[in-house]
Amino acid sequence: MFAPFMINAWIVATMVAVVAGVVGFFVVMRGSAFVADAVPQGAFAGAAGASLIGVSTLVGLSVFALAGALGIGLLGRRGRHDVATALTLVLMLGLGALFLSFTTQYSSEIFALLFGEILGISSSEILPIAVLGLVCIAAIIVMYRPLLLSSLAPESGEARGVRAARMELLFLIVVAIATSMTLPVVGALLIFSLMIGPPAAARSLTGSPLRAMALSVVIAVALAWVAIAASYETDWPVGFFVGVGGAVCYAGGRGWAAWSAARLPPAGSSPPVAPVAPAAPAAPVAPVGS
Amino acid sequence: MTSLLHLLFAPGFLASPPVRLALLTGGVAAFVSGAVGAFTVLRGQSYAGHALADLSVTGGSGSYLIGISPLLGFAGTGVLAAGVMDMIGIRRPRGRDLATGIVRGAGLGLAALFLFWDTTHTNTSGVAVTILFGSMFTISPAVIPLVVGCGLVALAIVAVLYRPLLLSSVSADLAAARGIPVRAVGLLCLIAIALAVSLSALTIGTILSTALLVGPAATALRITDRPGRATVTAALLGVAVTWLGIVLAYDSFTWPPRHDGWPVSFFVVALILVGYLLAQLVGRRRPVRRVES
Amino acid sequence: MTMTPVTVARSDRATDVLAIEDLGVRLGGRDILADVRFTIGAGEFVGLIGSNGAGKTTLLRVILGLAAPTTGTVSICGERRAARKGLVGYVPQKIQLDPDMPVRARDLVGLGLDGHKFGLPLPSRGRRQQVDEMLRAVGAARFADERVGNLSGGEQQRVMIAHALISSPRLLLLDEPLANLDISSAQEIIALLARVSSQRGVSVLISAHEMNPLLPVMDRIVYLAGGRAASGTTTEVVRSEVLSGLYGHHVDVIRVHGRVLVVAGTGDGLDIPAEAGAVGGAVGEAMAADHPPSLGEQVGHGRSLGHGSPDDGQPGDQA
Repeated sequence: MFAPFMINAWIVATMVAVVAGVVGFFVVMRGSAFVADAVPQGAFAGAAGASLIGVSTLVGLSVFALAGALGIGLLGRRGRHDVATALTLVLMLGLGALFLSFTTQYSSEIFALLFGEILGISSSEILPIAVLGLVCIAAIIVMYRPLLLSSLAPESGEARGVRAARMELLFLIVVAIATSMTLPVVGALLIFSLMIGPPAAARSLTGSPLRAMALSVVIAVALAWVAIAASYETDWPVGFFVGVGGAVCYAGGRGWAAWSAARLPPAGSSPPVAPVAPAAPAAPVAPVGS
Repeated sequence: MTSLLHLLFAPGFLASPPVRLALLTGGVAAFVSGAVGAFTVLRGQSYAGHALADLSVTGGSGSYLIGISPLLGFAGTGVLAAGVMDMIGIRRPRGRDLATGIVRGAGLGLAALFLFWDTTHTNTSGVAVTILFGSMFTISPAVIPLVVGCGLVALAIVAVLYRPLLLSSVSADLAAARGIPVRAVGLLCLIAIALAVSLSALTIGTILSTALLVGPAATALRITDRPGRATVTAALLGVAVTWLGIVLAYDSFTWPPRHDGWPVSFFVVALILVGYLLAQLVGRRRPVRRVES
Repeated sequence: MTMTPVTVARSDRATDVLAIEDLGVRLGGRDILADVRFTIGAGEFVGLIGSNGAGKTTLLRVILGLAAPTTGTVSICGERRAARKGLVGYVPQKIQLDPDMPVRARDLVGLGLDGHKFGLPLPSRGRRQQVDEMLRAVGAARFADERVGNLSGGEQQRVMIAHALISSPRLLLLDEPLANLDISSAQEIIALLARVSSQRGVSVLISAHEMNPLLPVMDRIVYLAGGRAASGTTTEVVRSEVLSGLYGHHVDVIRVHGRVLVVAGTGDGLDIPAEAGAVGGAVGEAMAADHPPSLGEQVGHGRSLGHGSPDDGQPGDQA
């Protein structure tokens, strides 16, 4: 399993998982499930187009991922957000279908792009992937507080100069970059599970945002490692283990939350607070000086 | 005049049996998708529709393994998934999207496995492409009864439940207050979506069936305010777009680069998007009345 | 209606925390607000009273700089564009509060301190102390480590107030904080605000559709109706002549047991609101028994008298 030709896979998988954990934390926080799902699928079309014109797949991925993210962001401001996302997505997929029909290579390439291929990464691609990954992580770290504030209390953020629209756009761009680096490994259709399952589990385990983000990374890395090892052993596609593993993480998180809620006294319960004001709770006609 | 017709309709268009089949199944699929799609958009369930489409990949790939018709696979998993999504049944939109995505991920993981087995254990090649991008021109006539059957069930759900569905889409509490079983209605709506999506998965593929579900409906809702009219408009728009797409795909058999035609799914999707953008431009002229307190 | 709104007892300009001049907001062909002018001095507690749809949220958004007025100016401590310099703290009507969200009360308050700064929050004892002190001041220390989504309505309000106050603003704006609270929670919050205001010298502008709970603590009132405003003390503003001018037709103001009831004119509008809050319902019904045809609405319930009812726009829901 740790033969030389597998080393690349381990390295890349780890990088991918770290980015997925960090970016996925905010995807879950912001409820951007559909968007985070749509951008990778749009990126898939870019990969198809890139192979058509003989450009590096990574470039094609990135271009389409970015275009998709921006398209969703801009279209979403006008009409319904979910419809805008859906339509941008299918446009890119339609283009992907077109490009694919022009090429002669078919099934295995599509399969790899959609469901992931651990052996598909060459050593020359490790560096660009690492760079993209670092960019993502750096961006999230820099934007951490304004993004968190804008996600929780957008108007309070606006009052302090944190413009929600700008944060949304920047975040979408980060998602796009994260997509282009994770897609070759995990596949367009399953990036989402890697980005969503671990943070969903993490948030059930801790209430602190920083800790939840760190925990997302840990769980994502664990998931990625398990998926690769299992894929190696059984020869089954990595995507299968990621998809199912993501669901296991999510279910585990919810199960834990339910179990600990049942075990301990309810979170919000406390002795009723004595009224701070000296006045007793008013009967409808209690005299009060005006 | 004939030369114009020839320009639009490449020779032999209506005479070709696959084309006639395509027009029929594509039309049915589009009509049902458009009608059901109107409610999908109203209820803000575009993502659920997309997830159901992706989940039918699981069914499709599984169907090749056990040798049943792909449509049965699509529809079967679609309905099953609808049930699962309903069971998880989280009411808050964010939690619901999350759960939907997770179920979709798990389903796709399974699909990956099935497709892998398809290529290694069975003889079918290009299964992935067929499932994902549709087989409009290679549909077998034997599937027609099933197509029509699924279509009728989906339309029946929408027609019979029209008013409860409308009310519960606007406000679940209002509907519950009137004694409408909101949960059951929601489940039936999801099933209708699953069936619609399965039909268009057959024709233009799972990946793009969301377009047929959401696009014409969103366009129709831009044009008209009344739900009844929107439903019918969406259905007709879907059919028009599909038929035009078929025409163009047939014509494209002589086009570069490979002279064996551009995919129907691409044309359909492109036309849908064009329609939506046009509706956006037209819709912009109506003043948006935003009143704040 | 061209009656000049009443502005009584303007405070000294040099200490004006908030000064609004000739403010007008026109949206979709309608004058949401027109000729609004009032000031708020340091440490003053002002209630912004009006029924749903009267324009309270619009006014607050303009003050915050989130919306641009059609006419008029807003100055905060003499500055025109001060909203983003941390002079104004804002407690919105609602925030995203998923019970699953991994954000504790202390995290949200911490974001009030530095949520706009880039980078990760470096753990510093000073910061933690500030957060703890703020939580204590609003009575939220008990649930500082609870997830915000798990708190009750009143507890969440406290946390939101701490979040807004921790950056030491000069002016605190609250958008209908009492709307979803039961009476005792509402009173606790009001007392908390009054205490905080006097201890820290923060001016408070709190919007509500029901003025009675605020009567004990309000220094002055800004009453919005018909898109226009009247400001001054309660005794000066809440009078029949003044309010009739705002509404555009005759209203009576009745004081019963220290509570205020605004009643529409005779003949039309026989609405007794089903839940009339503090005193209006009981007294209103008693009055109805005596004078069957003349009934009205308590301030803030039901529709703006005689002006039709614009839909209550909810702060944008995210898809």
